[in-house]
Amino acid sequence: MQFFGGGSLTSVAPEVTPSPAAPPGTGTGANAQVLYVFNRNGVCLLYREWHRPLHTLDPTQDHKLMFGLLFSLRSFTSKIDPTTAEKGNLGVPLLPGQGCSFYSFKTNTYKLNFMESPSGIKLILITHPRTGDQRDSLKHIYNLYVEYVVKNPLYAPGTPIK
Amino acid sequence: MALAAIYSLFIINKSGGLIYYKDYGSARRIDTNDSLRLASLWHSMHAISQQLSPIPGCTGIDLLQAHNFDLHCFQSLTGTKFFVVCETGAQNMETLLKVIYELYTDFVLKNPFYEMEMPIRCELFDLNLAQVIHKDRVALLGR
Repeated sequence: MQFFGGGSLTSVAPEVTPSPAAPPGTGTGANAQVLYVFNRNGVCLLYREWHRPLHTLDPTQDHKLMFGLLFSLRSFTSKIDPTTAEKGNLGVPLLPGQGCSFYSFKTNTYKLNFMESPSGIKLILITHPRTGDQRDSLKHIYNLYVEYVVKNPLYAPGTPIK
Repeated sequence: MALAAIYSLFIINKSGGLIYYKDYGSARRIDTNDSLRLASLWHSMHAISQQLSPIPGCTGIDLLQAHNFDLHCFQSLTGTKFFVVCETGAQNMETLLKVIYELYTDFVLKNPFYEMEMPIRCELFDLNLAQVIHKDRVALLGR
């Protein structure tokens, strides 16, 4: 069963949510802990958690904080980028392809993998710190999103995925 | 494969203010105001990342991987942060950061004229730091 079910309500409890067919190279996908999908405006389209022992904030605040962090991090990386000679501006909102963007960061307890599509859809996958490069998995998830969500005629863009 | 070219080094005090910035070869040197802003931005993001952790006990971002560069960060027990912007895939940056931390404790903290949390203006620190960085470069790149 897919998570992005076309129109049907996937109200499955978090521990039971099955993951879609795993892309080659990631084993059983048992590593993923939390998944967020945001659109350009900061609306959280999808949030799934499989293993999250600690909840610091309530869900809406958590989503806002996550989106804010990514927004600022992108601004930061495009400004601190040592390989381009142009002077970016720090406060200016960036377009999806503009400036150097990061694809992952790691702390001692988790690793956050990030991908932004050209249309501004941001995918965030939080995993165990020792996980390898997840860019392909994120691309796979994005393809699923396109297949099942965008092409679903009953789906209104900008609303949470059900 | 040629290793570790560092592009720049930043040192941030515990309140988030920039106390040291050295550029070793970026395409464009960041001007002072911008470097101060970037340092405070990093300080806040480091703190926010701790709040978003799904597992208790997070101590902040250690490594940020971007398409054009990597950023390694080391936070001492007192809250001083050292971060280097380097090439993607650079090895041994954590060791380098620890060496820089040692130099900091030896030449900055033990300097009786240095005021805590103020920008670093210690010649010996600069000299030794330059030696460490260039020694690494020479050894690794053969130049």
